[in-house]
Amino acid sequence: MHSFLYRANALLTFSITILALMCAMASVSDNFNSPSPTSEVQVLNINWFQKKPDGDDEVSLTLNISANLQSLFTWNTKQVFVFLAAEYKTPKNALNQVSLWDGIIPSKEHAKFGIHITNKYRFIDQGSNLRGKDFNLTLHWHVMPKTGKMFADKIVMSGYRLPKAYR
Amino acid sequence: MVCKGFSRCDLISYLTKCLFLFILALSSGMIVASALIIWKMLMCVTGSESPVVVVLSGSMEPGFKRGDILFLHMSRDPIRAGEIVVYNIDGRDIPIVHRVIQVHERKDTGEVDILTKGDNNDEDDISFYAPGQRWLQRHHIMGRAVGFLPYVGWATIIMSENPLIKYILTGALGLLVIA
Repeated sequence: MHSFLYRANALLTFSITILALMCAMASVSDNFNSPSPTSEVQVLNINWFQKKPDGDDEVSLTLNISANLQSLFTWNTKQVFVFLAAEYKTPKNALNQVSLWDGIIPSKEHAKFGIHITNKYRFIDQGSNLRGKDFNLTLHWHVMPKTGKMFADKIVMSGYRLPKAYR
Repeated sequence: MVCKGFSRCDLISYLTKCLFLFILALSSGMIVASALIIWKMLMCVTGSESPVVVVLSGSMEPGFKRGDILFLHMSRDPIRAGEIVVYNIDGRDIPIVHRVIQVHERKDTGEVDILTKGDNNDEDDISFYAPGQRWLQRHHIMGRAVGFLPYVGWATIIMSENPLIKYILTGALGLLVIA
């Protein structure tokens, strides 16, 4: 009964159980962190604004994004994925979310940043509804843990408007 | 006890052997059955056809590396930008784990058009989709990633790439049952 294989099996099972338990505890410990991130985004310039040949509106923006996401980091955080999305309604669509910029924050030291960029991904509508359109800019973040449950949240910034004419 | 010919003694030793083989079959069956139960339970709880997937490519690095395990969840909640979804393109076998970067949701029907991209890729996924396909719809989505366990998936990658190791491991497991 107590052969070598039997003992090896028992040892393996025990260590895997302990490891699984430690992973679970690390993941649970994330719940004790109550983060308070801040962010501010300015649209500095509408670089160009046009209707593409296929009829969809496209706009190019210059943005100033500053944020402080340091409080998201815990000892179980591998990285924070952060992205800025334009969100708006059109007559056809109840919700449009178009990601304009994203970034990976590898550590707490890099989690306080201010950048000045043109949109990394194309801001294209499904149709031609962007003239004079009110939209929100939402900073989303997804916390990727070293192990366990992933967390996500966002800050909605409203009051942005596109110009009434193409340029 | 002194036994002559086919006696009670032989019968007892024969029955003992039978019983031993029966228990052996039973315990092997138990292992297979409990693995199946755990898998089916996970399917029920997560609502996803494949509740656990192994990451096979580096397109989501540094978040997810090859060999990491993702736990999927399939709920009726609407799909939103930023979520990591697992999708399957018609006519392709291997599901892809990438992040949603664009969502357009219809007002009347609630149908969604989704565009995805791997964090580590420069381009969005339109080139992965079927020819002429511009968006993913709801039925392409197999689940969204909710949890993460590093390295554990290497076991399956190694086993699927080296069948010999799989046979050795299965053999060792079989020996363990007998021992």
